[in-house]
Amino acid sequence: MSQSFTKAMARNIFYGGSLFFILVFLGLSYDTNSALPERDNRGAITETVAHGKRLWEENNCIGCHTLLGEGAYFAPELGNVYKRLGGKAGIIGFIKSRPAEGIPGRRSMPQFNFSDEELDALAEFLKYSSEINTAGWPPNIQG
Amino acid sequence: MNYQSQSVAKLYFIAAIGLFVGQILFGVILGLQYVIGDFLFPEIPFNVARMVHTNLLIVWLLFGFMGAAYFLVPEEAERELHSPLLAKVMFWIFLVAGALTILGYLLVPYAGLAQMTGNDLLPTMGREFLEQPTITKIGIVIVALAFLYNIGMTILKGRKTAISLVLLIGLLGLALLFLFAFYNPDNLVKDKFYWWWVVHLWVEGVWELILGSILAFVLIKTTGVDREVIEKWLYVIIAMTLITGIIGTGHHYYWIGTPEYWQWWGSIFSAMEPIPFFMMTVFAFNMVNRRRRNHPNKAALLWALGTAVMAFLGAGVWGFLHTLAPVNYYTHGSQITAAHGHMAFYGAYVMIVLAMISYAMPLMRGRKVAGSNRSQTVEMWSFWLMTVSMVFITLFLTAAGVLQTYLQRYSDEPLPFMVVQDKIEIFYWLREVAGVVFLIGLILYVISFFVGNSDPEAGGGVEESA
Repeated sequence: MSQSFTKAMARNIFYGGSLFFILVFLGLSYDTNSALPERDNRGAITETVAHGKRLWEENNCIGCHTLLGEGAYFAPELGNVYKRLGGKAGIIGFIKSRPAEGIPGRRSMPQFNFSDEELDALAEFLKYSSEINTAGWPPNIQG
Repeated sequence: MNYQSQSVAKLYFIAAIGLFVGQILFGVILGLQYVIGDFLFPEIPFNVARMVHTNLLIVWLLFGFMGAAYFLVPEEAERELHSPLLAKVMFWIFLVAGALTILGYLLVPYAGLAQMTGNDLLPTMGREFLEQPTITKIGIVIVALAFLYNIGMTILKGRKTAISLVLLIGLLGLALLFLFAFYNPDNLVKDKFYWWWVVHLWVEGVWELILGSILAFVLIKTTGVDREVIEKWLYVIIAMTLITGIIGTGHHYYWIGTPEYWQWWGSIFSAMEPIPFFMMTVFAFNMVNRRRRNHPNKAALLWALGTAVMAFLGAGVWGFLHTLAPVNYYTHGSQITAAHGHMAFYGAYVMIVLAMISYAMPLMRGRKVAGSNRSQTVEMWSFWLMTVSMVFITLFLTAAGVLQTYLQRYSDEPLPFMVVQDKIEIFYWLREVAGVVFLIGLILYVISFFVGNSDPEAGGGVEESA
């Protein structure tokens, strides 16, 4: 780097540039938060959905699955599983039918022994997730 | 070693290496579960092993950063650490809390752990990388505050250099942004939006400041190049990091319910994110070429150059590969993401911590400047084994990801997830082989601390002028 470009100049670019883009980012974040009510399906968040989200978290579903493309890549995407399995009944039936000892040689979801009420809450949460406006992602039903 | 209190770093580095070994053991288990689906099922299901793998990574890197700070700051500030005792106490608190958390993952079903630790009171668990019980998260905040106080006071009372200031800004940002881990609304979109303020703004923001500052420190020490030159580079690099990386967060806001304009902001700014990494590579090689002395610690220099190259490849090139919105539409949440994650973390953060350990450890173990030739030779072997096997892990995962993306998302007749997983199995086997080689490299790395200790120092313990 040339001699005329001093350390003080470099430092000022760091402080000035960072501060400027922090402010831009905060502005964009503010705008996003104002735009979210139209997109994030918040009207559908009932107590059951909130319970479902808690169950989703407390059983670490994200440790194998992705949700809206984020999580682990060991098991299928669940943002659109409500559509892929044909509604709540499909989701509940799948979770319930997992063998406790797994499937020899294959990946298998654990048996969580959920109550009917918990199964319903999880399915409601996944229904709510499937109705978020995700700009057309995923590309197709396979997730 | 110029100051007695720098030696607290040794504890942190030993813990870091120990946890690193644990992380890789679980990595090998995970790789096997990808191909033998019921391996260790239902005792250690995939999600538990993955949680251990990723959480151990985060915790040992934090140990590494803290150790690096405890070694670096007294030397930069030209005074003893504010409180070596506090540093030791916090070490044990962090280690015990970390060990209990990992044991909790392994011994109790996750839902039981959530119940035991009162997740209902303040639910923060069950989100990727932030799986720790809320009480552990509070512990992390306390340890971080005590650590920042200790480091901050040392800097405040001593010489203030750009290197220590940048390190402090990075560590402060790390602690502040972690607070968003406590925000977990029922609204999934908002949850995800702020989750990235921890995850992205850590690894593509403030952690890069820590990386830059440690790299600058190691380069000053091993090349003898003028501080003014090195610190100028440091400022320019981290300026570019934050200028591109903050808005670059937008590349996570394409498909999670956030407005479409993020596809433009995210694509444009994150396409520039490789620039600071490229500058880091140019910087490291430039400084070594202009070196004023030949430092006998060749291993430390190798790690420093290695991190500059591998961070550019893993974070820069592999990040760019899938960061543009039209590409990411197909690759989002696929094995491409996994490929990028592995090489980026190894290149940027694993290697910089190992560079620091490599430089500092011989000094803390009573050497004047470097370890013996024999121990350095073993260490350099471990460098090449781990680095080359990580390149292969990345290449195999990339191949898996390209096929997965095509078969599941791009072809005329998209196939279901599990069908595709079966079709790309061969690449998971190859990745597992590369993973085992990585583990062998890591074992060799540990061995390097136990060989040649009674041999004389490399270069006779003196630095020659170049």
